[in-house]
Amino acid sequence: MELLAFGKTGWGDELFYATLMTIAVSVTAMFIGFFFALIFTPLKLSKFKSLNLIGNFYTTVIRGVPELLVIYLFFFGGSGAIMYVASIFGYFEYIEINAFITGSVAIGIISGAYSTEVFRGAIQSIDKGQFEAAKVLGINKFTQFYKIILPQMLRLAIPNLSNVWQITLKDTSLISVTGLVEIMRQSYIAAGSTRDPLFFYCFAAILYLMLTYISMKIINRLEIKYSRGY
Amino acid sequence: MDFDLMFTSFPKLLGATVVTLKLLSASLFFGLIIGLLFAILRLNKNILINKFAYGYSYLFRGTPLLVQIFIIYFGLGQIEYLRSTFLWVILKEPYWCAIIAFTLNTGAYTSEILRSAFQTIKPGIIEAGKSLGISNKIIFYKIQIPIAIRQSLPAYGNEIILMMKGTSLASTVTLMDLTGVAKYIISTTFKPIEVFIVAGGIYLFMTFIIHNVIKFLEKKYSFNS
Repeated sequence: MELLAFGKTGWGDELFYATLMTIAVSVTAMFIGFFFALIFTPLKLSKFKSLNLIGNFYTTVIRGVPELLVIYLFFFGGSGAIMYVASIFGYFEYIEINAFITGSVAIGIISGAYSTEVFRGAIQSIDKGQFEAAKVLGINKFTQFYKIILPQMLRLAIPNLSNVWQITLKDTSLISVTGLVEIMRQSYIAAGSTRDPLFFYCFAAILYLMLTYISMKIINRLEIKYSRGY
Repeated sequence: MDFDLMFTSFPKLLGATVVTLKLLSASLFFGLIIGLLFAILRLNKNILINKFAYGYSYLFRGTPLLVQIFIIYFGLGQIEYLRSTFLWVILKEPYWCAIIAFTLNTGAYTSEILRSAFQTIKPGIIEAGKSLGISNKIIFYKIQIPIAIRQSLPAYGNEIILMMKGTSLASTVTLMDLTGVAKYIISTTFKPIEVFIVAGGIYLFMTFIIHNVIKFLEKKYSFNS
């Protein structure tokens, strides 16, 4: 137990901050994912074949390639790509991007592919009559989406989005390869310096279980809230 | 775009694909056995057995695969007692550690898939079997299992693809699988995009094949034909 003490003697406070980091990365990645889903869901549902192709390309490639490979692409290619863009604007200094940003964007793009599929499924399962009724009443597209489609869509999407959240949360463990100090990386450091890998990795597993358990509880509450009236 | 690098790295990556496929097939084979076993335990009426099977699947589905591999590869070696048993012959090899971790992980997901497939079988089918005087054992093997397998095909197809992506984590315990070799080439040449296109292309090709095989099987075993 003294291994988990707070302060200089134990790893308690380090692991506590690492847990906060995992939560921060997961939440950021989830929101970046929503942003991507917001762009690619309309593309997938579009009437135009070429736009469909772009949307399908994104979800197929990201869901068919290992997460670790995507993370390596961003880790090794991220600063190179940014420097290339900067060089167009006449900036030639070395740019290093923060591990937090690289990690969140990489996980966010992965999570976005799953979110896109969830939103697409949810919108497609809304009754066509709802769209037609809105059209007949002369409601414009914007209000139609925000006031009619979105509230109904959320109810259908929440159970599947909870799966996406679980996947995202677990995927953040992979960012440890880039050196960002989250639960997995901190356990690796602690295991290395105390020579007690079994204890620290098991403790990491417990931390992840705790996070998934608590988030399940919160999501269940949201689900009840949004399915009121059904 | 460095096309030369893409051409020279292709055979290396293809060689590493063999390692990925070996890991995948071994863990799927053992995982299916474990999954079926735990799915049957989950259907057991005994609460203790039921809870045990549930705990197993909860534990392995609630934690990242990376933690599971690290516990098995780095953690278990710490137990002095294990080192003196014959198990150490297996546990000191990263290859077998990876397979054990993948097997336990996919077993947990497979048990959930099969359990829900067993539960969706209409009771009328089992009752029909009983009223025809077929014994419980034969009902289970000849009626329930074939229907459950058909029911779980789409979900199991997804699980195969997830597991294929999961095998990339073997590279974290020094195994040179497709991702491991890709990372090695990236870190020596600093050309991530080219290597990503080739390695990602190989992964996508495998996904494509798995997807189509499952689709074919679904059609072949559909109830309507």
